[in-house]
Amino acid sequence: MTSRPIATTRNVMGVPTGRLAVWWVLASETVLFGGLLGSYVMMRLRHGAWADQAANTNTWTGAFNTLVLLTSSLSAVLAHQAAERADGPKAALLLRCTILGGGVFLMVKAFEWTHEIREGFTITSGLFWSFYYTAAGLHAAHVVAGMVIMFIVSLTAARNEELHRVENVGIYWHFVDVVWIFLFPLLYIAK
Amino acid sequence: MAQRTLAGASHHDATSYVAIWGVLCALLGVSVLGPMAGVRFLTLITAFGIAIVKAYMVCRYFMHLSIEKKWVVYILGFMLALMVVFFGGVAPDVSRHEGLRWQKTYVEPARTDGER
Repeated sequence: MTSRPIATTRNVMGVPTGRLAVWWVLASETVLFGGLLGSYVMMRLRHGAWADQAANTNTWTGAFNTLVLLTSSLSAVLAHQAAERADGPKAALLLRCTILGGGVFLMVKAFEWTHEIREGFTITSGLFWSFYYTAAGLHAAHVVAGMVIMFIVSLTAARNEELHRVENVGIYWHFVDVVWIFLFPLLYIAK
Repeated sequence: MAQRTLAGASHHDATSYVAIWGVLCALLGVSVLGPMAGVRFLTLITAFGIAIVKAYMVCRYFMHLSIEKKWVVYILGFMLALMVVFFGGVAPDVSRHEGLRWQKTYVEPARTDGER
């Protein structure tokens, strides 16, 4: 008899333990990003000069990255659907498409940051840029974490094993998408 | 998970997920083009109003919060409420330009656009 993790087999209050853990992680992440975004908004509301600093971000780059993340969310939810139908190989393939989306997002971000730093806009250039690099950097770290977890999940999913993990990692990825949905107007549109 | 899985599968097939993605992309287009009009109110509606709609759609249709146990929604809602308390408690002080035993040394540059 093989032993299986509690997160796979246990079900508390109608929610499998693994998924329950993901929701609790997201609850803490809500406070983390909520505090960061709330701080930005309250600082900016009465200090209009921030708009002049924000004018240096490229709206089209941010919009393209938003499109990339929305598309990767689509492939993540389609992977979940494939997992529900017990089609592990398809779920794994779609998860790897999602990883590719995360890779494109990070690549665009790297080019964008390189350009901005060369222009002289560093994390010490002002309050806006401090927030910009902190918020976008923290978000990018979550994207990297999601990509690593998704790759590990795709390995087992390809063998039609532990398919419930596809949904769990998908929920996390959608949250990362939601955070970016709010970061985009704050960093790129409100000028 | 079975009940939720069946509910999820019956309500959203691959086509509807793609349709939802299409709506999200269209909303993204509006949120980019809207602020180009240069009207502050329109910018607020198209950028931040649409961000809320997009986030709602992702939570409802992709994260399946609409068919998740209610208390999961309550947990997330409680965390958001904490953020409102944090904002309401701190913002009145942060928005001030002077106070007791401290002074703001940073000089704000002159505004270039009266609309902002």
